[in-house]
Amino acid sequence: MADLSELRDPPVSAEVEADRPAVEVRGITKAFPGVVANNNIDLSVYGGEVHCVLGENGAGKSTLMNILSGMYQPDSGVIYIDGVEADIESPKDALEMGIGTVYQHPTLIPTFSVLENLLLGQGRGVAMDAKGALAGLKRIASDLGVEVDPHVQAGRLALGQQQQVEIIKALWGGSRVLILDEPTSMLTPQGITELMKALAQLKGRGLAVVFITHKLHEVLDIGDRVTVLRHGRVAGTLGPDVVHAMAREDLQKSIVDMMFGEEAAALAGVAEVRGEVTGHRSNRAMSREIALEIVDISVEPNRGEVGIHDISLAVRRGEIMGVAGVDGNGQRELAEAIAGQRSLHRGDILLDGATIKHSSVSGRQRMGLRYVTDDRLGEGTVSSLSVAKNLVLKRIGDGPFWNRGRVRDEAINECAVDLVHGFDIRTPTIDTHCGTLSGGNVQKLLLARELSFEPKVVIYNKPTHGLDVKTTYAVRDRIRQLAEDDQVSALLISTDLEELLDVCDRIAVLFGGRLMGVVENEIGAEWEVGRLMVGGDAR
Amino acid sequence: MTESALSHEIKARDLSPGRDRWSGALRSTAQGIGPILLGLIAGGILLIVIGRNPITFYGHILERGLFSWGGLQDSLTRMAPLLFMAAGLIVAFRANIWNIGGDGQFLLAAAIVSGFGPSIIGAYPGGLGLVILCVMAAVTGGLWTVVPAVLKAFYGLNEVITSLMMTFVGVNLANLLIKGPFRSQSTNVPQTDIIPSENLLPDIFGSRIHVGIIAALVAVVIVHYVMTRTSFGLRLNVLGANPRAAVHVGIDVRRLTIVAFMISGAFIGLAAGIEILGVWGYVRADWNPNFGLTLFALVFLARLNALATIPLVGFYAVISMGGHYAARKADLPDDFMLMVVGLILLFMTLTEYFVARRARRPAAPDTSPTVAHDASPIAALDLSPTGSLETGGGHE
Repeated sequence: MADLSELRDPPVSAEVEADRPAVEVRGITKAFPGVVANNNIDLSVYGGEVHCVLGENGAGKSTLMNILSGMYQPDSGVIYIDGVEADIESPKDALEMGIGTVYQHPTLIPTFSVLENLLLGQGRGVAMDAKGALAGLKRIASDLGVEVDPHVQAGRLALGQQQQVEIIKALWGGSRVLILDEPTSMLTPQGITELMKALAQLKGRGLAVVFITHKLHEVLDIGDRVTVLRHGRVAGTLGPDVVHAMAREDLQKSIVDMMFGEEAAALAGVAEVRGEVTGHRSNRAMSREIALEIVDISVEPNRGEVGIHDISLAVRRGEIMGVAGVDGNGQRELAEAIAGQRSLHRGDILLDGATIKHSSVSGRQRMGLRYVTDDRLGEGTVSSLSVAKNLVLKRIGDGPFWNRGRVRDEAINECAVDLVHGFDIRTPTIDTHCGTLSGGNVQKLLLARELSFEPKVVIYNKPTHGLDVKTTYAVRDRIRQLAEDDQVSALLISTDLEELLDVCDRIAVLFGGRLMGVVENEIGAEWEVGRLMVGGDAR
Repeated sequence: MTESALSHEIKARDLSPGRDRWSGALRSTAQGIGPILLGLIAGGILLIVIGRNPITFYGHILERGLFSWGGLQDSLTRMAPLLFMAAGLIVAFRANIWNIGGDGQFLLAAAIVSGFGPSIIGAYPGGLGLVILCVMAAVTGGLWTVVPAVLKAFYGLNEVITSLMMTFVGVNLANLLIKGPFRSQSTNVPQTDIIPSENLLPDIFGSRIHVGIIAALVAVVIVHYVMTRTSFGLRLNVLGANPRAAVHVGIDVRRLTIVAFMISGAFIGLAAGIEILGVWGYVRADWNPNFGLTLFALVFLARLNALATIPLVGFYAVISMGGHYAARKADLPDDFMLMVVGLILLFMTLTEYFVARRARRPAAPDTSPTVAHDASPIAALDLSPTGSLETGGGHE
């Protein structure tokens, strides 16, 4: 680490006007009960640069962003905008000071038109200046190099286009700093390419872009300046002179060293850390037996869903079948239909050749069909119950944990201790309320529950979403191991294409509740999957 | 099982369940007592303002409700139906089923018991008639919940509305029965025939307290055991704390909803049976003790912990028995005590708010995007016999 500290920016000298950062933070500290999220952070953002802020989940990226965008106020430290000390007390302040933010999740009102969304909260007068707004929209859109129909309902736009509108909204008041929080997490490969182009345009116009991400390869692709956060501190900063001078591999190694410190060596094998994905696993020797077969199933949509329509899919024993798609294209409906949480409108589901259409959720669970839900707190666990109880939640009333309806604490505790140990769930005691566990540990708890008692087919819904790199790696490993060693089939639903490419044998693509196709995981699969993810027509 | 160092460590830190079950009940009781004291103090100030001596007033309550033998007997007798009702409400509320139709279930069961009582008691020897009547009361209360239960389970209709509507029907149907087929011919007042007091529930020896209080205490203890120590209780708790998790883990939510609703109604019916067979022996038309609304407050004050309802119901019985006496002595309308009860409820709500606010630590940022989703208002309640009040917010 010592050699890297030399790479940090020297203190900015005030007399060099051109080199003055558009936004500069010095010594920002922000603590929350039990965690110092930002610890004495320094960061300088310059016009005409893409400044990548990289770090694992929990490293303090979002806190820093929320401070810059006025959502949080720092406990200590100073923010300078164009060299002038500034108090950013609200998101409105930030916008007025020229800092626009694009959040990870869409904030547009789906039933309003693009124009109405842009006008929201912008005007100072009573009347809305629609004409002026139209002109403004046109100007910013051309700056971005995109085209947006101002009158279409925001909810009808693809996520990539919604994000473009968000960017336009962030730049609306003439912002000179654009902060993007994990902007690629919802996009297809094609959408990412477009976003990168737009950012290059903005950079060319002298805007400062802060690009927050946990994906190393994105940093390598577009970063001019890189700041790595770790455990709430700045682990290192690389200026443009260094970033542009270094070979990709060397740059990558420096960044990995900063991100993980001594742990870097241990993570050498993680695809994301290598900065590339080479996990094409097609043609792995595998049983021809079909473990799970879905025949022409349809599910009625609930409000706000697309439902699923006429989906047929067969998963072989020991196969890992990926399910790709932009979030909300029928993934949850599919998972819940298979798990038995929703009734089929049409079609049939076969487990080992026998129909399970009429089996209950718990019946399917006992047969070895497991569902690791993505809604870990909403439906996966009961936060006010203990870790131990949550571990046996799908076996209520069954032996050996219950004896004729009466609870047997010894049996539950014994099982819980085993699982806590076996799955490395970090909890003070097994009696701890589940709601106090961290996200990663809740996920381990769910995996422990679903993967014990002889699973045959497991549906994983976004199994690594929001987990740190190490846990992500461990979870993917376990999925692979179960498939290879124990012939447990998997249906792996994920919005992270890299994950699917890393783990799956084949990848099914959902769009609008329909199956667009099944792609063998081989060279070039990501482009084919990306094409199908947006409905088949190449964008 | 191979015991690793970790498992030893975890086991060593296991909290002993015996102690915690009681500490949970104690905590619930303590959180109930705070608002009661504040309510009494505020009521005292009110008394001073209107020129009465609060010490004398509260002294009269205690004297009449607790420290005189007659008053104590009345208070204990009053506890019996209240405890049964509390047991019934807890079964439903724990499962996030808002059975607010208790008064309808209660009065209808009361009408059935007093209507059939005289003939059934005469027809069966010994206590058998009483047992049959209690069963009838339970069945009546249970059946009166079927409509809201089925509507909720199968069509997702809000049971607050449906059980309330069923209460209107139930209360008036009870009156219809009392003024119609069950009406006594021996008096001009619209009421049922009177069951002779020697045929009513026997008294505990040497007192005027009928055995119903013992049955009620047993029922409360059983409900507590079922809620904390059985698979049925855990299912109810899961359904109440997180209905979506209940679906996810494979609980038959429809069946459980109907069963819990009916058990709730059955306990409330039993409350009516005990009250009629223990105290009154008949029902007059338009009689309605309105236990339901008061009990909602009491079971929440007890944080849906069945054992904790015992002292609270006892307290309420004392102030309602002693309150009338004290109000009359102080030359105040009967309703004054209701005002104090209202103040207690207000402070209860405030306590709830402040306790919840203290427990709710802000989630650390830059964490998983999830927040605690547990959808129901009772998710914030303590479900485990061990735990604290915290509403676990997920954070890393």
